[in-house]
Amino acid sequence: MTVAVDRDQAFLAAIRRIAGEVAAPSADDVDRNARFPSETIEALRAEHAMSALIPEEYGGEEISFEAVAAACFELGRRCGASAMVFAMHQIQIASIVRHLNGSAWFEQYLRDVSRDQRLVASVTSEIGTGGDLGKSIAAVTPGAYGQATFEKQAPTVSYGAYADDLLTTLRRAPEAEPGDQVVVLTHREQFNLEQKGTWDPMGMRGTCSPGYTVRAEFPVEQVLPTPFSTVGTESMVPISHILWSHLWLGIATDAFDRARAFVRASAKARPDQLPPTAVRLSQLMSELSLLRAEVSTGLRDFSDASGDRESLTTMAMILRFNNLKIAASEQAPRVCQGAMNVCGIVGYKNDTPFSIGRHLRDTMSACLMVANERIHQTNASLLLIAKDV
Amino acid sequence: MNQSADVADRIRQVIREHGHLPVDISTLDDETDLFQAGMTSHASVNLMLGLESAFDVEFPDAMLKRSVFQSVSAIKAALAQLQVAA
Repeated sequence: MTVAVDRDQAFLAAIRRIAGEVAAPSADDVDRNARFPSETIEALRAEHAMSALIPEEYGGEEISFEAVAAACFELGRRCGASAMVFAMHQIQIASIVRHLNGSAWFEQYLRDVSRDQRLVASVTSEIGTGGDLGKSIAAVTPGAYGQATFEKQAPTVSYGAYADDLLTTLRRAPEAEPGDQVVVLTHREQFNLEQKGTWDPMGMRGTCSPGYTVRAEFPVEQVLPTPFSTVGTESMVPISHILWSHLWLGIATDAFDRARAFVRASAKARPDQLPPTAVRLSQLMSELSLLRAEVSTGLRDFSDASGDRESLTTMAMILRFNNLKIAASEQAPRVCQGAMNVCGIVGYKNDTPFSIGRHLRDTMSACLMVANERIHQTNASLLLIAKDV
Repeated sequence: MNQSADVADRIRQVIREHGHLPVDISTLDDETDLFQAGMTSHASVNLMLGLESAFDVEFPDAMLKRSVFQSVSAIKAALAQLQVAA
C-alpha cells in the first residue's frame, strides 16, 4: 500500500514537472500553430507515463487510476491539448488492461507498450452513424491465412498521424448488426491513414484531429476478445468522462488562477481598496467549486465501483457518468468565460499573462466530444425506466 | 413446464412488439443474444418498459443492465427472480 502511494506520488511529481517545464512553455505555440505537442509527449515517454496504467506483471508502472486522473488535471492546467492526448491514450490502455481476458497477444502488446512507450490513438466515431459510438458501419472483413481487413471513414482521429497504434471500433463481421461491435488494435505498419480535409479548429488545436479514411490489414488475434458493448459500458465511456472532466477542470482552474493573479495585481497597486473585480472573482470561485465537486465525486463513484465492475453497466451508473460529462463540459467553459470577465481586455488579448482565450476555446470543445445532445437523448431514454438515480 | 413455456411465449411476444429486431423472434432460440441479433440500446429500454407492463412488475435498478435483457432465457430468469414466472 505504502509502496503504491509512494509510486503514485513520484509519478505525480514527474507529471507536475513536465507540465510546468515542458507543456506550459510550448502551450501557446502548440495552440497557435495547431501542432502536435511532441516535446511534452516525449517527456512523458521518458517518465514511462505511457504505461502508467499497465500492471507490473506486463512491465508497466501500475499507477493508480486516481493518480492518472490527477495527472490529467495537472497537464490540463498547463496545456489542454497535451492533457487530452495523454488522457485519450490512457483511456485506450485502461480499456485493454481491463478487457484483454487472457489474450496472449494483448498481454504481449502491453509488454511492448511498457518497453517502447507506444502511443495509442482511437478510431471510434464514424461518418454515417449520427454520432452514436454504439454503432459501426465498417466491419472486420476476414481474409486468407487468418488475416482480416477494414476500411473506416472517421470524421476525426485525434493525433492519428503521431500514434504508434490505433484502437478501432468495428462491426464483428460483414454480416453483423451495427451494434455488434468489436475493438481492433493495429500497428502503424498495418494501417494506412488517408487524410480527409484539414485541421484548423477553434480549440484543442494541438490534438491534430482531422478526418481520415483508415485502412488496415491485421491478424485476427488483434481483435480484443471482449465485445465493445462491454468494453464501452464498463470502461471506455466512464473512464473517458472521468479523465476528460479532470483535464477540463485543470484548464478551468488555470483560468481561475489567472483571474486571481489579475485581481491580486490590482490590489497591490492600490492596497487600501478592494478592487472592483474582487467580488466577481469570489463569484467565479463558487462556479469553480461546483465543477470541482462534480469531477471529484464522479471519480469517487467510479473508484467505489472498482470491486464490482458489472455494477457500472446499470442504468443508474450509465446516467451518473453521462451526467458527469454533461455537467463538466458545460461548467468548464462557463468558468473560463467568468475568468475573462474578471480580467477584461487583458484576458481577451492573446499575449498577456492573464490571457484566457486558449482556455475558453479549448473548453468549448468539451460539449462536442460525444455531443451533449446525443448524451441527453440516451439519458432521456434511460430515465423512462431507471428508478433510483 | 407448460407454465414456463407460456412465460417464454409471452416474453417473445413483448420482444416482437418492442425489441425492433431486424429478424423474426421465432427464428431465434432462447439463448440467442438479442443485442447481437440487432436490438439497439434504445429498443432495449422499450423492451424493459413493455415487460414491466405485460408482467406487472418493476425491475429494480440493480437489474437494469444489458446482461439481464440479453436473451429470452435471461429475461425469464429475471422475471423468476421477481417471482412472476415461478
